[in-house]
This record gives sequence, structure tokens and C-alpha cells, in this order.
Amino acid sequence: MLRNPMSGETLIKASEIRMSFGGVEVLKGVDLELRPGEVHAIVGENGAGKSTLAKILAGVHQPTGGELELVEPRPVGLKTRATKIESPRHALELGIGLIHQEPLTFPDLTVAENIFVGHQPTRGGRVDWRSMHSRAEELLGSLGAKFSPHQLAGGLSVADQQIIELASVLSHGVRILLLDETTASLTPKEVKELFTVVGRLRDEGCAIAFVSHKLDEVFAISDRITVLRDADKVGELRTSESSPAEVVRLMIGREAGLYERANAGEKDLDQAPGLAVSRLTCPGKFEDVSFEVRPGEIVALAGLVGAGRTEVCEAIFGVRKFVSGQVRIGGEPVRIDSPRAAIRHGLAMVPEDRQHDGLLLPMSLSSNATLAIVQRLSAKGWLNIKNEASRSKDYLARLKTKYSSLEQAARELSGGNQQKIVLAKWLMSEPRILILDEPTRGVDIGAKEEVHRLIRELASQGLAVLMVSSDLPEVLAMADRILVTREGRIVGEMPGNTATAEEVMLAATGQVASAA
Amino acid sequence: MRRNLLAREAGTLVLLVLVFVGAGLKEPRFWQADSLNSILLWIPLLVVVGMGQMLVIVTRGIDVSVGSMVGLSGMLVGMLFKDSPSTNVYFAMGLGLLIGAVLGSLNGLLITRAKVPPIIATLGTLSAYRGLAFIVSGSKQIDGNNLPDALTRLSLTGPIHMNGVTVPWILLIALAIAGLAAFIVRSTRFGRDVFTLGSNPGGARLRGVPVIRTTFLVYALTGALAGLAGVLYASRFGFVNPASAGSGLELVVIAAVVIGGTKVSGGSGSVLGVLLGCLLLGTINVALSVLGIEATWQMLVYGVVILIALLVDKGVQGGLSRMQEAK
Repeated sequence: MLRNPMSGETLIKASEIRMSFGGVEVLKGVDLELRPGEVHAIVGENGAGKSTLAKILAGVHQPTGGELELVEPRPVGLKTRATKIESPRHALELGIGLIHQEPLTFPDLTVAENIFVGHQPTRGGRVDWRSMHSRAEELLGSLGAKFSPHQLAGGLSVADQQIIELASVLSHGVRILLLDETTASLTPKEVKELFTVVGRLRDEGCAIAFVSHKLDEVFAISDRITVLRDADKVGELRTSESSPAEVVRLMIGREAGLYERANAGEKDLDQAPGLAVSRLTCPGKFEDVSFEVRPGEIVALAGLVGAGRTEVCEAIFGVRKFVSGQVRIGGEPVRIDSPRAAIRHGLAMVPEDRQHDGLLLPMSLSSNATLAIVQRLSAKGWLNIKNEASRSKDYLARLKTKYSSLEQAARELSGGNQQKIVLAKWLMSEPRILILDEPTRGVDIGAKEEVHRLIRELASQGLAVLMVSSDLPEVLAMADRILVTREGRIVGEMPGNTATAEEVMLAATGQVASAA
Repeated sequence: MRRNLLAREAGTLVLLVLVFVGAGLKEPRFWQADSLNSILLWIPLLVVVGMGQMLVIVTRGIDVSVGSMVGLSGMLVGMLFKDSPSTNVYFAMGLGLLIGAVLGSLNGLLITRAKVPPIIATLGTLSAYRGLAFIVSGSKQIDGNNLPDALTRLSLTGPIHMNGVTVPWILLIALAIAGLAAFIVRSTRFGRDVFTLGSNPGGARLRGVPVIRTTFLVYALTGALAGLAGVLYASRFGFVNPASAGSGLELVVIAAVVIGGTKVSGGSGSVLGVLLGCLLLGTINVALSVLGIEATWQMLVYGVVILIALLVDKGVQGGLSRMQEAK
């Protein structure tokens, strides 16, 4: 059965691919077929499993289940066979190349070397620099690049670095090109240029997978769309026969009321000022961001990954610098240039990556829980251990944390319980304003509701809560007000009790300018 | 890349000229043949070990066991000479390379397979290899009369003489090693992989660079060079003492490599820079003794010079990135 790949025969077929990280299933049996001469978009909300799927095809991860079949070019004709893609190197040898979300740049090497990393042309066993430079020049020329192969890659823009990666993948002569959110940090003009190249590769017979959540781009470039939701494939559509609205419906899918909303009506808010941010700007990250969070209110920043939400929170908390704009707390303008200053002003922040930024994993639960108030617990520089234990016990009980001993290392707890430790830490500091970045990421459903209940309770005690969440049902269930962000700007504001998932999603993907 | 490295190398060169001129103005004896001979004799060991250490630091690692490897290899080869005095000197060098390669491979295995951080792994073997040197020798020194003349002649004589200055054979051996290192760095895939993984380790793996194998080879190679340096040590000093042979060399080598512009955060370094770094330290060392400054001051001076080099380097880096931004 020897067929020409140009006839539409599948180049790679993934069946029933399963993947889990640390017990959490991120792919639950997903199928994908990539055909030559076709751009296949893989869309889905944050955390739907898109990138993981691409990385499995590129040999970065080994799937925990499922099968990959690859058409291998043979001296005579073609042959399909089940394959294990053992490593990124093996993937490249098989003709599969992945352009990563963040370009993999080697800043100390020249552009030409960046392109030929791992497979420098050689002549008689020696690296052939002349041929490397001329081939690099050729590749860059074909991609319309305006920089020299002799230049150091370090100082180049993200768009240029992505061109280098593209050139690198092409230098391997790939037949299957995977683009993972490649457009995330490109300007519209750069995106257009990228698409010209992608279109040309498609016409040359490459099979292309385009992972994205930007629907306008998906509809501009793709021939076929696979929609993932909650680690499952929920649909495969021909782009020409579909519409953004249909795709959004598939992406959201689950009942928006997954979590119950506690307050159906408007909250009676204290009119006292809480946290106010005006015209906060950090070029390239966020621009002209203004909003207010009153005591007792839960405001959610909704949007896609990369929309600048985390950066805004970090700027407010003094982790990140901003160029212009003002932060006011309780009506008073404040200058917060470090987390320490933020804590002094009554702010608390639960970071997105709790394992990395939120917890000291090898340390005991009680040391973790009392971290923010360690100074208050100590006298003359000596830590009062008894005090530390009793306070910790008290707060962990209030948060219904499951643990066996206060001396346990934080890493031994489940995601949900770890998050409670982080919350306990900040609650002990008795903040007035609580910033939560993805408070329930990686937390199982039961514990999620527990965390939700806690957040509501805190708000009802008068805390101003600013929450970043990519989990739409969570946003819809929790927020009094929803601010939709896209590309570093607030593009819509909706009351939490009436907003729908479609409205939020459309605003976040830039499909419809939402009424503020 | 060239401009960047040249800026770093130029800094070292300026420092070198300052020390050379400054010391000579203060004490004209410094410009005479004796001091120059001392410098030329002082740097070969440093150059040989420095080439390996440079590659290690480029991969973002460090090897603090090099001094102990020099000692252990020098001791084993010295014992061989004691037992069979007719052993060929070049065979002995090959043996030194081999012994070092084995010791370095053990470092490499600890780091790549057991995933022990380089500083910890090599700190462990620093102590273990030194201990072995005592055990195999029964804590006894190999004296000069146990070493063949052919070996010591490599340090005492050389093919090039000028106004009483002799370029010793061991320096030529060291320069040959440096040439080989330059070839590896510039013209082999292995050499380029070293710089690639030092520049972005995660990215290197994702782009198919054999990270584990390359890292292992870097430590094995450094061991081999330290093993060779052990034989050169026996030649230069004319005896091998289990306690002092190569002891503390790791600090001087790391200093030379860093002063030579090797980026401690990985990904960048050059053979020429390391050569200049070795030359600078050698010059400082001899200048201190000619100026009558006690040997006890040397460690302090090395430390200060390393810090100055790092600060200058940071300044150069800052300047370069500002230039790039301004463009």
C-alpha cells in the first residue's frame, strides 16, 4: 500500500493518547491525525491539554497511554508503523519539529549556530562554518529575516528568535511542523509574516499543527480544527464549515454552572475604598490598566494565558516594576517597590505557581504557615516555636486542612491542601487586600469548592479580593465583577451574576468588543 | 560573539600590562631573565588544567577536584618511576592522562547519573582522591632521585633560548594542549554542544543535543588533563608529596579561567582568554615574590583579582547591552 503523501494520506496518527502529570490527567485518550498540505489547529481553553499533545508528538513527553503511527519515508515508497518518539532528537530525525511557546534561544551563540544546534554541518569531522553560514543565510532569506547569521542571538526580539527556531526546524527538513502558541508574543504584522511562511510550507506538503487559543488566527490559517476541553477531544471540524461561535461553544462546553453561585443578586458593598489601580502601564506586558476592588468585593481578571493578568498582580504586589500609573490603598496613593512593602500595606498574594513561589516545599507545615508573620511571632530575634505551632494549628483547622503532623514537609500534601497552607500563611498576616493568582490550579474538584467557600467567607469579612483565574466556571461562580483582559489591556467589564461564559470567551479571544 | 569575547580578553590584557609594567618599575629585577623564566615555568600546569576547567564552567558546572586529581595521578606515576626507573616519559604522560580520565569519569558519572550537583560531587572527590594519594603512597613522598632525568629535563630545558630566557618543554606541551582545546571548541560538534548546553541547558535538550553525554565527557576530559598535569607537576617540582601535590590548585585554576573572561553563568569562554588569565596570575605570582611580598598574601591577591575581573566583566556586559539597546 504505497501512496503519495501528497494525496492526503495521514503523516502521523495519534490514537487514544493519554497523559498524566503527578496523578492529574491532562489528556484522556485524544486522537489526532495530521495530513500533508494541511494546517490543523488545536484549540481549547487554558489547561485543555493542547501543548501537552504537541509536546508528545515532538518527543518531549512520553505519553502514559495510546499509540502513535508514523508514515516513514523508505527508500522505496512509504510505510506506516507504530512508533515510539523517544526524545526531541528522535522526533527531529523522524521529521517532526516543534516551535515552542517560548523560543529556545542560545543567547551566547550566533544566529547561524542557533539554527544548527545539535546538527552542525561537518566536513571531514570538522564543523564546517562556511557551509553553516551560507545555509543559515539561505534559510533566513527564505523566511524573510532581516538579521545576519553572524550576529549573537542574545539581543534579538522574540519574533526574530522565533524565526531562528523556524529556520532550525526547517534545517532538519521536517515534514511535520508543530507550532505551540507561536503567535503569543508577536505583533499582528509579525503574525502575518509568520502565516505567509506557514502557508508556503503547507503548500510544499508539510503537515502543520497550529496550537492556539486565538480564534481569529485559527480561522485565518487552518483547514481543520480539533477542539480539546478538559483533557478530552470534543470535536473535529473543517474550518470552512465552522464558525468562531461554534468553536467557542465547544471549547466551553460544560455547564457554566459547574460551581454554584452563592449570591444571586448584587452584593451590598461597603463604599469605602479598597484597592484602586489607575493607568498602570508596563510596555509589552500591560497597558493602561485601571480598576478598583472594594472591601468585601471579589473581582476576577479573566482572559487567556499571556494576557498580562499575572503581571498586573505582580506589579501591584511589588514583584514587578511598572513604568507609569498609580496604586491606591484605602484611598491613599502608595509606593510599593517590594513584597515586603506590600505586606506592610496590608496586601497578600497567593502566587500562581505555589510549588515554586508559594511554598518552601521541604520545610514543615508550621514554618510555611507562619512565614509571613515570623517577625511578629519572635521576640528579640528568637522564634517562639510554641507560638508558631499553636497559631498554625488554629489556622489549618479553620481551613479544614488535612495533614498528619505540623512537622510534615509541605511537599507531602495534596495540591488542595498545599494551597490551604499558602492561604493560611497570608491570612495570618491579616491582610486587607488579597490577590489570588489561579487559586485552584491543580486542585481537585472537591477541594476547589472548599477553596471557593473560603474565599467567599474572607470577602464577607471585608477583604477586598482580586482573583486571576483561567477557569471560566470558577470566575462565573465567584466574581462580583469580571474584568476581561486581552493583550495587556482590560477589554471588557461584566457583572459576575449575569455574565455568561460565551461573553467572556468572545471578549478574551477578541471576537466581539464586549460592552463595558 | 567575537566582539564580545575580545572585549573581555582586552580587559585581561590591560591588567596584564599594568602588572608587568608596574612591578618592573618598582623593582627592575622583575624584568630580568630569572623572573621571566619563573613565569614561564609557573603557567604550564595552570594552562593544561585550565582548558578542562573552562569547558566545565562553560557548561555551568565546576570541578574543584582537579588539584586532587593532579596529586593522585602525579603520585601514581611517580611510584611507577620509582619501581621501574626506565619507564618512558611519554608513556608516563599517556598513563597520567588515562588515570585522570578514570577519575574524571567518576566525577562525570556522579554528576550526570547520580545527579549530584557538580560543586558537591567534586568536593567529595577532592577529598577522596587526596585520601587515595595518601593511601597508595603510604604517606611517603616520591623524591627527586626516584624521578628520571628525562622527566625533569622537560622543565629545565627547552628548544628556544633568548637572552637567558628559556621556553621550557612543558610550556610547549601546555600550548599544544591549548591548541587542541581551541580546535575542539571551534571545530567539533562536541565543542559546540558544550557551549550550546551552557547557554541554555533546557533548550539544548529540546533541540536534541546529547546533554548527558556531553556533560559526562567534559568532566572526563578535565580529569584526563588534570592527570597529564600530574606528570608535568612531577617534572616541574622534581618530587611528589601526597599532601602538597596539586593542593589548592583548583582555586588558582578557577581564578585563571574566570579572569580569562569565562562567563560563570555558562555558555561563553575562550581558549585565548584562559591563556591570558593564566599568564596574568603567573605574572602576579612572580611579581609578588620579586617585590618581596610574602607568599601568605597570594591567596588574598588572587581573591581580589577574581573579584575585580568579575566586576570589570559585569561592567563590560552592562556596556554591551546598553550599546545594543541604543541601536
